[in-house]
Amino acid sequence: MNLAAHLPAHLPALQVVLPLLAAPLAVLLRSGNAAFVLVTAVAWAAFAVSLGLWQQTGAGAVISYAIGSWPAPWGIELRVDRLSAFVLVLVSGMAAIVLPYCRQSIEREIPKEQHYLFYAMFALCLTGLLGITITGDAFNVFVFLEVSSLSTYVLIALGRDRRALMAAYQYLIMGTIGATFIVIGVGLLYLSTGTLNLADIGARLPQVSGSRPVLAALAFLTVGICLKLALFPLHQWLPSAYTYAPSAVSAFLAATATKVSVYVLLRFYFSVFGESLLFDRLPLPEIMLLLSLAAMFIASALAIFQDDLKRIFAYSSVAQIGYITLGLSFGSESGLTATVVHLFNHGLTKGALFMLAGILVIVAGGTSLSRLSGIGKAMPLASFGIVLGGLSLIGVPGTVGFVSKWYLVLAALEQGQWWLVMAIVASSLLAVVYVWRFVEIAWFREPRADLPKDRRIPLSLQIPAGLLVAATVYFGLDTSFTVGSAAAAAEQLLGMNQ
Amino acid sequence: MSLAGHFSYWVTIFLMVAGLFILISRGNLIKKLVGLGIFQTSVYLLYIAPGKLIGGTAPILADNFTVYSNPLPHVLILTAIVVGVATLALGLALTVRIRETYGSIEEDEILAADLVDDAPAAEEKR
Amino acid sequence: MRNDLVLRVIAKLLIPFILLFALYVQFHGELGPGGGFQAGVIAAAAIVLHVLIFGLDATRRIVPERLVETMLAAGVLIYAGVGVAGLLLGGNFLDYFVLSGDRVYGQLRGIFWVEVGVAVTVSGVMLKIFYMFAARGHDDGEDA
Repeated sequence: MNLAAHLPAHLPALQVVLPLLAAPLAVLLRSGNAAFVLVTAVAWAAFAVSLGLWQQTGAGAVISYAIGSWPAPWGIELRVDRLSAFVLVLVSGMAAIVLPYCRQSIEREIPKEQHYLFYAMFALCLTGLLGITITGDAFNVFVFLEVSSLSTYVLIALGRDRRALMAAYQYLIMGTIGATFIVIGVGLLYLSTGTLNLADIGARLPQVSGSRPVLAALAFLTVGICLKLALFPLHQWLPSAYTYAPSAVSAFLAATATKVSVYVLLRFYFSVFGESLLFDRLPLPEIMLLLSLAAMFIASALAIFQDDLKRIFAYSSVAQIGYITLGLSFGSESGLTATVVHLFNHGLTKGALFMLAGILVIVAGGTSLSRLSGIGKAMPLASFGIVLGGLSLIGVPGTVGFVSKWYLVLAALEQGQWWLVMAIVASSLLAVVYVWRFVEIAWFREPRADLPKDRRIPLSLQIPAGLLVAATVYFGLDTSFTVGSAAAAAEQLLGMNQ
Repeated sequence: MSLAGHFSYWVTIFLMVAGLFILISRGNLIKKLVGLGIFQTSVYLLYIAPGKLIGGTAPILADNFTVYSNPLPHVLILTAIVVGVATLALGLALTVRIRETYGSIEEDEILAADLVDDAPAAEEKR
Repeated sequence: MRNDLVLRVIAKLLIPFILLFALYVQFHGELGPGGGFQAGVIAAAAIVLHVLIFGLDATRRIVPERLVETMLAAGVLIYAGVGVAGLLLGGNFLDYFVLSGDRVYGQLRGIFWVEVGVAVTVSGVMLKIFYMFAARGHDDGEDA
């Protein structure tokens, strides 16, 4: 009966239940300020919970939590291993940092009477993302995926520009197709194995492995999840969605949504299907390699030709996802380490960049490059932050981007593929070009005459953005947390099916 | 198993492809949602049909029955239907908003209007 | 709104029975087909019928938007509350076994309240969606 003593055992449930409770409470409160306080407090609590879970799984233990005390293959299980704990830390941490930023940011972008609904949606989105990561049940993945997706569509549609509506609509169509493909895949797996528990499917799959429904399930799941994670060429929804969403929403989504989808892909590939099916019997690594390279080059090239800062970052996200899936395509421990590290590092970088872009919006009134000319002189601090983030996108030593690319290069060398190293370096050069475009416009052009005189930025915007920029540098120098966790996660992931 | 034995799968596949086709080929936002609805319906069938045992009863314990249909797919699909309804409602709500701001629900007209939106920004550069 | 006597009388007769049927579906859910989802939708349908016959303004006086919004949040809270009650009584989240001294009775009690929560939320959501769409163009006097 002593709850405090039992608390550590109930952390997996609390991880999802806290934000889930916050959403209806925020609706009942009917006040933007009260909802802000509640949801922010809950996000920080969720962050604390995820750190607790990360610590509990540190020794390699896998935590299993039976919802309703129904044991695992029959009941719904929450399952935390090193990989999911690491992703939980990323998602809840980003929510905890973005939420304080939300308050001032949405004040300028969303009508006052909708604020409490914004926070309710944010809490639901967080619930969904955390739920996807923590659940051990295949159908539950779909349910949480839709919880997060539906709230995401709403959040995007709240953008000021009317194009936000169309962006949300297109995302809704693509996202629903993706989610439906995932359900079809899960359904075929269920028909073949008679179970929905991910670990149980993984254990039973060898008996039916290679049968046609299983291969069809793999195909449906791959396409569905790749739609959600915006793997080239399934990325069409992403640029508009990130460009026209409210700044705080872009920052949160860019840092977490696609990353969680990558997690789902890893979970299905390595915990359910297993490497032997994926890498020995199917040309999956080749396909993934090809698409990743296409994403790295084509999306980076597209980013160069965009006229809007947020759109540049959005295309760069598509390119960076290419690096993430590239690591996956090796199927080796070092490749997966690079994938998981980049998942985290890119989340940090893009979160910081979109937050800073949101700060520029306040002064410049928009993020089209023509509006930003000379902004480096007007707002040196924020522009400098963007350059730092840009350096991380390029992969300059001392930033997190370098760490990811270093491990990616190591993984490529391990396979003896020298040309891939060249490809990684070459695509980084493309990143230099689009980052340089910002530098050129921000510093080498005259500031616009219509910039407002009052350029003070609220501290609640500066501090979270500054924190994330600092984190991109800090984790670029001290890699013990990120690389340590990622390597352990990769090891556990690959060890599972042997 | 004959072709007729896989009857429910043929229906599933037909609905799936028909839904996807409408989704891709139509530019009208409402018709796209209709296609999406049909596409999702095919999945409901994919789950429900194999759960039914011919001659099986509802899964409620009673002395004179031994064969029961599998209730789990029904529960799953009840959830999926609710998700589908929510998606449809949200999609329609977005369509209403789009109609109010753009005055059209045809995709090509909306994209054309967006291009006009972009034009002043392009001029500003000079 | 045209004043159609037959429709008004029939609707007034039907609505109580529809609501009663919703309750039947709700409480029969453990023994046969039925449950919170279905009951919530049927109850919402009764109110929707009221809107169709008597107009949106009349219905909003009986079932105000505020109540609807409260309902859709309260239902989720009831559901999650059952889960948290399980936690507080020493079980896992959504553990019905510990809700009563008798394990079977605990299951009954748990599912009862969960279904209540589901019904409240579902009818709230259905009404909210209907109100939102019906109010478009109604409140600002143009048909959008």
